[in-house]
Amino acid sequence: MFTFGESNRVGAHISGISENFSEGNMRIPAGCAISAIANVKGIPFSGKAIRDSIANMRERSNGLGGGFAAYGIYPEYKGFYAFHIFYEGCAAQENTECFLGENFDIEVGGKIPTRKVVGITDAPLIWRYFLAPRVDKLAESELNADEFVMRCVMRVNSSIDGAYIASSGKNMGVFKAVGYPEDVADFYMIDTYKAYIWTAHGRFPTNTPGWWGGAHPFALLDWTVVHNGEISSYGANVRFLEMFGYKCTLQTDTEAITYIFDHLVRRHGLSFEVAVATVAAPFWDDIERMLPEKRELIKALRATYASLLINGPFSIILAWGNGLMALNDRIKLRSLVSAQHGDNIYIASEEAAIRTVCPEATNVRSLGGGEPLLVFIEGIDGYGN
Amino acid sequence: MAIDMTFPEFQIERDRDKCIDCQVCARQCSNQAHFYDEEEGIVVSDDSKCVNCLRCVTLCPTKALTIKKHDMEFKLNANWNETAIKEIYKQAATGGMLLTGMGNDRNYPIFWDHILLNASQVTNPSIDPLREPIELKTFLGSKPERVLIENGRLAEPLPPQLELEIPVMFSAMSFGSISLNACKTLAMTASAIGTMYNTGEGGLHKDLYKYGKNTIVQVASGRFGVHPEYLNAGAAIEIKMGQGAKPGIGGHLPGEKVGAEVSSTRMIPLGTDAISPAPHHDIYSIEDLKQLIYALKEATEYRKPVSVKIAAVHNIAAICSGIARAGADIIAIDGYRGGTGSAPTRIRDNVGIPIELALAAVDSRLREEGIRNRVSLVCGGSIRNSADIIKAVALGADAVYVASAALIAMGCHMCQKCYTGKCNWGIATQDPNLVKRLNPEIGTRRLKNLLNAWSHEMKEMLGGMGINAIESLRGNRLMLRGIGLMDNELRVLGIKAAGE
Amino acid sequence: MAELKTTIKHKKIMAKEEFCAGCRLCEVHCVLAHSKYRNDIVKAFKKIYPRPLPRIIVEEQKPISFGIQCRHCEDPACVKACITGAMSKDPETGIVTNDENRCIGCWTCMMSCPYGVIVQDVKGGHIASKCDFCIDNGMDPACVKNCPNEALFVVDQE
Repeated sequence: MFTFGESNRVGAHISGISENFSEGNMRIPAGCAISAIANVKGIPFSGKAIRDSIANMRERSNGLGGGFAAYGIYPEYKGFYAFHIFYEGCAAQENTECFLGENFDIEVGGKIPTRKVVGITDAPLIWRYFLAPRVDKLAESELNADEFVMRCVMRVNSSIDGAYIASSGKNMGVFKAVGYPEDVADFYMIDTYKAYIWTAHGRFPTNTPGWWGGAHPFALLDWTVVHNGEISSYGANVRFLEMFGYKCTLQTDTEAITYIFDHLVRRHGLSFEVAVATVAAPFWDDIERMLPEKRELIKALRATYASLLINGPFSIILAWGNGLMALNDRIKLRSLVSAQHGDNIYIASEEAAIRTVCPEATNVRSLGGGEPLLVFIEGIDGYGN
Repeated sequence: MAIDMTFPEFQIERDRDKCIDCQVCARQCSNQAHFYDEEEGIVVSDDSKCVNCLRCVTLCPTKALTIKKHDMEFKLNANWNETAIKEIYKQAATGGMLLTGMGNDRNYPIFWDHILLNASQVTNPSIDPLREPIELKTFLGSKPERVLIENGRLAEPLPPQLELEIPVMFSAMSFGSISLNACKTLAMTASAIGTMYNTGEGGLHKDLYKYGKNTIVQVASGRFGVHPEYLNAGAAIEIKMGQGAKPGIGGHLPGEKVGAEVSSTRMIPLGTDAISPAPHHDIYSIEDLKQLIYALKEATEYRKPVSVKIAAVHNIAAICSGIARAGADIIAIDGYRGGTGSAPTRIRDNVGIPIELALAAVDSRLREEGIRNRVSLVCGGSIRNSADIIKAVALGADAVYVASAALIAMGCHMCQKCYTGKCNWGIATQDPNLVKRLNPEIGTRRLKNLLNAWSHEMKEMLGGMGINAIESLRGNRLMLRGIGLMDNELRVLGIKAAGE
Repeated sequence: MAELKTTIKHKKIMAKEEFCAGCRLCEVHCVLAHSKYRNDIVKAFKKIYPRPLPRIIVEEQKPISFGIQCRHCEDPACVKACITGAMSKDPETGIVTNDENRCIGCWTCMMSCPYGVIVQDVKGGHIASKCDFCIDNGMDPACVKNCPNEALFVVDQE
């Protein structure tokens, strides 16, 4: 099921897309490219379409990063956490595998198959493991499995030199590198995988040097985020998140966004609509005009989660095991367009990227500032339903 | 009679071509530095009485007066300078402690002036405050770790909060140290703007109860004016453990300033010195503070946030951690430059640490311990302009306290003679002839102007950084860079050096 | 004398004694406003002798003080008392003025004024001097404008 809807600006903070996308409201886009394709019936499809979609937006990247997130690619191991890990050298691999062995039962591990591609150089060792937390360690920690895994991931990423866990969710994975996204797609041979949600990103970084770990998507557990924008509230967001055990080792804005949603939705159990009202909060002028119950709630959210407000331009696509969400910052400083065709939903930074893979797409809309597009996949359990 | 060894600090220069002998200066000077010579028919002046308050200069209709530092000089001496020598003469003549007013005026570094702000360029558009909303609304109080929602509604209300339209409040200035007209000005402005003012340790005058929604009532070591109606009259209660101008000692109101109204509001006898004890005599340790915090919460049925105000001293981070765990909702930190109506000079000038460093240390420590959410941080001492406010928020403050700036808006000229009770501007006095000189309508107008001006400036600076809500700047140290600072100072402040 | 009846609202200068600082700048500016040198205080005070008297009087008994001037009464006693007809009330503006060319300095108006706001300008032409609401200056009273503490203000008289 997916939610499109008629809504005015105030009501639309709950869900739906605004009709309001006249010329004057759009800002000139700049920087990265993002794209996503999802099949609402949960029927997996090849990564070729997403590759072609993101390739269409080549001009928006500068070759310093590209990546894909795919959901539903490991059906035979779907009960296990799938770790995709980069290693800069054997020592990093040894240390990490030692740590993993202490805390997890590793069902299977091996290199992720790649192809030599012009434009992708200096690749680290890229491995994947399917694992489950060791029963005794889990019991000892008194945490639930997700929290246990999250803390282990933080541990590895912050304290084991040269090791970086790129994704850590079940039945999903992140494929990323330094290079143009279409080259990254060829490198990982993503056309050989089938997923029911694909997201993609092409990078034009200005804040941090291009390195493999810094490419998007960012992942934690089964959250992935692809992001176009720059967060001016990054310093405030990070210092708040760090109080709750999140270690922002990657020095990029997008990492913070991933952790914010993990904190609000997984840990605190807020619905997506409420989480959006926190990170892309309505303005006080609009809050004053809300009905008392809603006003009280939004006020409490803004006061409690003040440091999680995301300021600065962004368009993001957040995906998880059974759905995805597209969102713009509350004053719409980046482009983001959605469309549909049959059971497929398309989201991208530019309409051309959608048309190139689906010329018959209909219902093409530009998302309004602060108004999320929520898509849930039928028949799969997870957040939000 | 033994000779007075000192010479005047200031000299009064009267341009006889411009002076029309209208006697306005003679009538206005409460120190009697000007007087009318009937026989000669002219106004003459006595330099030794002048305190450089500039009342006469401001009111003179022909601008005939200039006040200057006195030309007389000791032989030049970098160590035994004029101040050092004169202070000894004074003490040799009187045998008393040197007293002074307002904040530390010595030449220590001002860290605000070594911090620079960011602006958005190219990758991130700046926001235009004239065309887009930029939000300054701030909530002070303890925040829960999470918001509980049931059926789409807030399941559990937040602990009591103060809702401020701008992150600036007026710091504690007691009725007694300042006049009732000055208190009215602060109350009326706070009410009009949507922020708070603080009663200080002088209790709450009955005429001011109507501004209760915008009042923070203070409970200080002397417990002046503290009774149940007082506690319930305000929007929040502040326990004053110390103030930046005189850490370690209590408030001091000379008897000359204890008139009838002050006496009845503070509940003390007329004309007696009101000297607050150095500690609260029922708070000798952190657990005693916790007891008082909860006693006050019980007395007000947990409807009001309780704030604890402390002076910035060496171990400030650990102290604040303790206070946060003791149940305070707000911690107010007062730096060593904080103002006062009266303090011993040596304490004011030598005790305490800068607020910039204290704030950074406390904010970092509370985050390290994962308890930053439990309290809001307010800082003061001294905040001089809107850039200081923005920098304070970026270092981690939820809001700032201003006091000297507010008095300057009302007309204070920083002559630092508040303790004499002869303030020519009607601010730091209880003499009815002088108090009437401060018209609260004018004072409120000027103070509102100041806050509105600062509000516009803050929005410009925030918009320039690509931020449209103040909460995204709070603790966002990446927006700051240091200039001309040493490594350890950068480290304490938690900011990088400019260029990095 | 015929009674003056008017339904037009006339203006009046009022004082807030709680804000009068007793500085007497109002007196200084009243002199200036009525002197030949309207824009130069120094000349107005030093060059002209005798200079005009201030028509506002600051009454003081510390700590109370306030400036008071002609009330431009609805039914002015001075107008009734004036033997030459120099004192008159303008029916439109309500302002009571003294025609200095007709005044002979008999001081009858002074004795009849219940507020004591008429002064004897003995040196300057031997005439009665009183507030004229700065009528030569667009009815913008100099005392009100220049009070540093806004202790004087203009209201519409009921």
